[in-house]
Formats: sequence, structure tokens, C-alpha cells
Amino acid sequence: MITQLKKLLTVGALALGASFGTAHAAETVKVGILHSLSGTMAISETSLRDVLLFTFDEINAKGGVLGKKIEPVVVDGASNWPLFAEKAKQLLEQDKVAVTFGCWTSVSRKSVLPVYEKNNGLLFYPVQYEGEEESQNVAYTAEAVNQQATPAVDYYLAEGKKKFYLLGTDYVYPQTTNLVLLEYLLSKGVKLENIGGGFKKDESGKIIAAGKYTPFSHTDYQQIIAEIKQFAASGDACVISTLNGDTNVPFFKEYAAAGLTAEKCPVVSFSISEDEFRGLPAKQLVGQLGCWTYFQSINTPANKKFVADFQAWLKTTKAPGVVKEGRVTCSPMVLSYVGVYLWKAAVEKAGSFDVDKVRAAYKTGLSFDGPGGKVTTQKNMHVTKNVFIGETKADGQFKIVKSFDNVYGEPWLKGKFK
Amino acid sequence: MSAPTTRRLEFIAVAFIAVLLIVVFPLLNSYGIISNFTLNLWGKYLCYALLAISVDLLWGYTGLLSLGQALFFSLGGYMLGMHLMRMIGDLGQYKKPIPDFLIFLGWTELPTFWKPFSSFPFAAAMVLLLPGLVALVFGFLAFRSRIKGVYFSILTQALTYGGSLMFFRNDLLMGGNNGFTDYKFLLSADVRDASTQRALFIATALTLVLVYLSCSWLSRTKLGLIQRAIRDGENRVLFSGYAAAGFKLFIFVVAALIASVGGALYVPQVGIINPSEMTPDKSLEAVVWVAVGGRGTLVGPVIGAIVVNALKSWATRAYPDLWLFFLGGMFIVVVLLLPGGIVSIPGRLKTWWAHRTAASAETATPVAS
Repeated sequence: MITQLKKLLTVGALALGASFGTAHAAETVKVGILHSLSGTMAISETSLRDVLLFTFDEINAKGGVLGKKIEPVVVDGASNWPLFAEKAKQLLEQDKVAVTFGCWTSVSRKSVLPVYEKNNGLLFYPVQYEGEEESQNVAYTAEAVNQQATPAVDYYLAEGKKKFYLLGTDYVYPQTTNLVLLEYLLSKGVKLENIGGGFKKDESGKIIAAGKYTPFSHTDYQQIIAEIKQFAASGDACVISTLNGDTNVPFFKEYAAAGLTAEKCPVVSFSISEDEFRGLPAKQLVGQLGCWTYFQSINTPANKKFVADFQAWLKTTKAPGVVKEGRVTCSPMVLSYVGVYLWKAAVEKAGSFDVDKVRAAYKTGLSFDGPGGKVTTQKNMHVTKNVFIGETKADGQFKIVKSFDNVYGEPWLKGKFK
Repeated sequence: MSAPTTRRLEFIAVAFIAVLLIVVFPLLNSYGIISNFTLNLWGKYLCYALLAISVDLLWGYTGLLSLGQALFFSLGGYMLGMHLMRMIGDLGQYKKPIPDFLIFLGWTELPTFWKPFSSFPFAAAMVLLLPGLVALVFGFLAFRSRIKGVYFSILTQALTYGGSLMFFRNDLLMGGNNGFTDYKFLLSADVRDASTQRALFIATALTLVLVYLSCSWLSRTKLGLIQRAIRDGENRVLFSGYAAAGFKLFIFVVAALIASVGGALYVPQVGIINPSEMTPDKSLEAVVWVAVGGRGTLVGPVIGAIVVNALKSWATRAYPDLWLFFLGGMFIVVVLLLPGGIVSIPGRLKTWWAHRTAASAETATPVAS
């Protein structure tokens, strides 16, 4: 009874607080979080919601942005693309947020893009993507193809690999990445017959698609792995995988069962980070490669502090729906974190929350020393950052084997390597 | 109440709501009293209401639980979407006169089947023709083979699932997983302008009212009677000498057209169409709206679509972590306590009241038995 009374009182207090919201608003700035907290993408995107709330708390504890505390407005896109557009409209037109951090899939970004352009909003997008886009209303802290795929090829070439098999899930990101990789490999002197996965040509014989594609949630990889095994028989082959999500489980299971190992034919995956290993068995992937602009295993004081602070925050936070056990940090999370600080830097430089002024300040080459090292903004709304290649360990972490410093983010890569 | 009085009452109610939707809401919007966001949201709900009516026409009135209505809804959306994609012109990311995704797939000129979609009348005609044809062929095969009950549900579900898999493929040249987005113009008006969105809202409201009145009329004709007879005892209908298959096919095609028009109106208002709109769970969602509102009535699906989606819009912002429990709880309550849906509430209250007064009358003057 007493607890019920307490609850009632809290609700009453909250309602009172809400009615005084206008007076309260002067000291806060509303910031949107637009991720899927339910549906198929929730497993990945809730981690980004969590790290954003953590970042806001960290900034608020130190006085906020321009003296104002960040007030998060969390909405659920529910892995439903039209709903993403609706929620974006709500954040911009109803809540009038100063900035939004959000989206994971390309289709969700494509869905909200017209809304941000129409309302002149600002969206920070943190997940590796295919490029071929440069909106003035999106700050892409995400890895561009040349901050993930081409460095991985450089690493393989240095390791003496001569044959490259391209494999991916059938959607925009893998298709574009593989077309860019095809051009890149040819420009590096790799022969066309040493690029596996097949090509699709138009009537004039021009290659319009490269690589092997499977649908989302595909499970039968026997035939493809038999093809890879044959392709890799010469011993100097590797696989570049843009397979997405749960299809990786049957793929790597079959891969190991066919006797293929990281020594014989390594696989580099662009969609598997530490966070994915919370749901994926890491055992079959030991020794296989990952390539991101951050790994939790980076051995710097800045990263150690970030990881420790995040874990400490998880223990004490009262935010609803936050999973507290077995949490890790990964590249999309760090790029969300870095995005908030870059936005803060731009706001402080502009002395205003106005999107046009913030954007102008953002383009002037602001830097932030994040957990993955220095990140610098560019004129084209992308960022320069470090790229790391890591070997998967049995505990779902990565051992860093190579790093590339200060890689410029270039969204327009098709036709660049000729 | 006699039938003519109910009908008159219904007519007055419909006229009132029609004026409210078609005249009052848009007027209030143009004076800034109803925000653009809210009007746009209601436009979306009304499109969903059309989808819900199409489900109910089959499920509630004919006893055919179709789980494939999302396919027709999306096909309508895709047909108009193709025209909207053509109207982007060279304002896309690549600044080329053909849609971005075609350039990304290596095309330098428009594929032949895309060409006629530059014309709005053609696209508008296709909104009716393509889903109508798909429904005609599928319905003919299904009903001729006397497929009904759960088998019909499974088949329609497979149909929409097949459709989504097909549209997910990039080489279908329909935009793959990303579908169509970033529309600029419709009938030379900027799609994103408040006035265009208002016009689209009016068009949707008008369509809904017309569809409602036509369906209401249809249910009062002999055809409507046979429709309900098929629902309640198909064998008797057959033995009475009616070819049930023909009637079912007719209703199936009509329902597909209603869904398709709803989809075509939906796409320019939400700004995206992609294959995930065709997946079976979207059809199931529409079935849930009908169940919540009250199946076997025309007003039920409209109420259900609006209530469930408004709740979803509100709760995904107010309780982003808990909203699924809200929705789930509501469905459980409806299934367990309100099998007739929201529209059955007044009737149930009336019976409850009648019971109560009868009971108190009984205690006041005990009757010897």
C-alpha cells in the first residue's frame, strides 16, 4: 500500500515537473536519440542508445553544453522504416531537438534523410556504410568504405595474398563496397580471374556487380563454401565478407566444418564487432579478421578510462531497459560517443545551437581525442580517423595486428581507383 | 430501432465525420491550429484504415482471413512510387536523370518497363491494374480449387512473403532493400510542402469516406447478403445454387483495390516504400487492427487502425522501452474480454445496464415461482 502511495506521489511529482517544463527548458537542450529499441535491429541499436545516455550523463556532470544540460528525447524506430521517418518528424517538428543521434541501417538513414533536409535538422550517423551520399544535414562519423574495406585489402596484400573472394548479403552496402573493392583490387594489379564470387555484366560487357550475394538470414552456405575451398586451394587466397547479422553463424560453422581455417584462407568481416559476439559464438571465428576504427582492446589510457567509465555507469544508471551484464564496447558505440563530443565542440565553437552555425563550425576541422585516438571533422561532413585490423579471440575480443593512422573519410569512391 | 432509422443515423454520423476530416481538419491546419506533423500522422492512419477495411471486407464479411493484404497495399505504393522516383529528375545524389539506385546498379539509361511511369495517369492506372490483376489470377486459382479456412490464410501469407523476397532482390530493378525514398515532386507540387501534404490528407479522407459508403451500400445489396451467407455457411450457399467462387473472387479483387489505393496514398505521405512493408507481419498487424476495432462492421476497422496506430505513435515516444507491452496488453484485453472489439462496448454496456435494472427490479418485487 505504502509503495503504491509512493508510486502515486512520484507520478504526481512527475506530472507537476512536466507542467513546469517550459520554465525548466531554459537550462536544458533537447537532443534526440533515434534507434530501434524493438524489432530485428534492437540487438545492435540498443547498445548505441545506452552509450549515448552514458555520454550525455558524462557531459552533464561536467556542466553540459554551453551551460545547458542535455535532455535526451529517446524514441523507438522499432526496425520499421516508415516509423523512423515519423519519429524523425516528431523529433524535429514537435520536440524541436537541437541534434539527433541515430540510425543503423542504410534504409533507415535513407528514410529519414528527406525529413532532416526539409526541416534543416542535423543527424549524427555512426555505423559503417556504403558512401555515395553527402548530405549537409548528416554528420557521418561512420566508417566510409576507404576506412574499412580498402585498408583490409592493403593488409592482405602486404601479407602476400593474391586471390580475393567477395561475399555479402544482398543490399546496398555490400554491393557498393564490392564494386569499389573490385576497382581497388584491379588498380593494385590483382588480375580479374583472381577475384572470386562472380561478376554480372551488362550488354556491353561492362561489370555492374561483383561478388556472391545471399539474402538476409540465409542459412545454406555449403555450395558457396565448396566454391571458396576450390578458390583457396592455391593457398594465397582470402575472403572479404560483408555478410550481415545472423547469417554469419551458419557461414562460419560451415567454413570450419569444411576444414578452412584462418591460416589457409582468412576471412575479414566488416559487420562483426565485439557487440555482435554477445549473440554470436566466437569459437568458430578465432583467428579471423575484423576491421574497424576502434577495438575494445586498444591499449591506451584514454580507452581504458572510457571502458571503465562505461562499466561504472552501467552499474549505477537508472535508465529503463539498459542491460547491465556482459557489456562490451565496439566501434559503432565509440563513433556515437565521439559524435556527441564533436557536436559539443562545434556548438561551443559556434556559440549557438543553430544548425547552420553548428554545421559551419563542424566543417572547420575540429578534433577530439576519443577512445580510438584522434578524430577530426572534414568539410564533407565525414571524419578522419584511425583504422585497426584485429584478429578474433575466443572471448569475442580482438587482438590488434595492424593500424592505419588518420585515414581521410571519402564517401565518393566509385570510379576513383582506375 | 428500425433499419431505416439506423441507416439515417449512420448517414448523419458519416456526413459529420466526413466534413470534419475533409473540411475542418485541413482548415485548422492551414491556420496552424493543427500542426503539419499531426495532420500528416492522421493521413497515415487513414491510409491504414483503408487497409483495415480491405482486411475486414474479406475476414469480417466473407469469412476469408487473408494475410496477404499488405502485398496489395505495397504494390499500390510501389506503382505510385515509381512515378515519384521519376519526378526526382536529376536532383538525386548522382545528379543524373535516372533514379540513384539504377546508377548504383550500373544502368546508364532507364530500363524499358520504367519508361511509361513518367506519366502520372499511367502510374495511377497501374495502381489499380497491377494489384487487381494479381488478385484476379491468385483468387481465381485459389477459389476454383476451393481453398478456404486456414489454407487460404497460409497461401495468402506465402504470396506476400514471396512478393517481399522478390522485391528485396536488387536485380528486380525496384530499389532492393532500400526501396524508394527521397521524393521531390507530385503533379509538379513539392511533395514535402505543407500544402501538398494537406491536399494528400484531403484526398485520403475523401477516398476513405467514398470507400466506406460504397462498402456500406454493398453490404446492403443481395451480393452483401450472399457474402455473409458464404461466411456463415458456404456449403448451404453452394447447395442453394450460387457459385460461391465467383462472389469470393469479386470481393477479393475489390479488397485488393481498396488496399492498393490506400498504399498509393500512403507512400507520398510517409516518404518511403520498401519490401519490408510486404512481409507477412504487416498483414498480421492489419488483422490485429480489425480485431481491436471490431470485425464484421465497417466502422470497427477504421477505429481499430486509428486507435492502435495512434497508441503506437504516442507510446514509441513516451515509453520507448515499454510500448510493446502496452500494445500486447491491449490485444490480450480485447481477445479475452472484448471479442467484438471496441465497437461492441456501447452494446455491452447497454446489456449490462439492462441486466442491472432487471436484477434490481427482481429484488424489489420478488416473483413467486
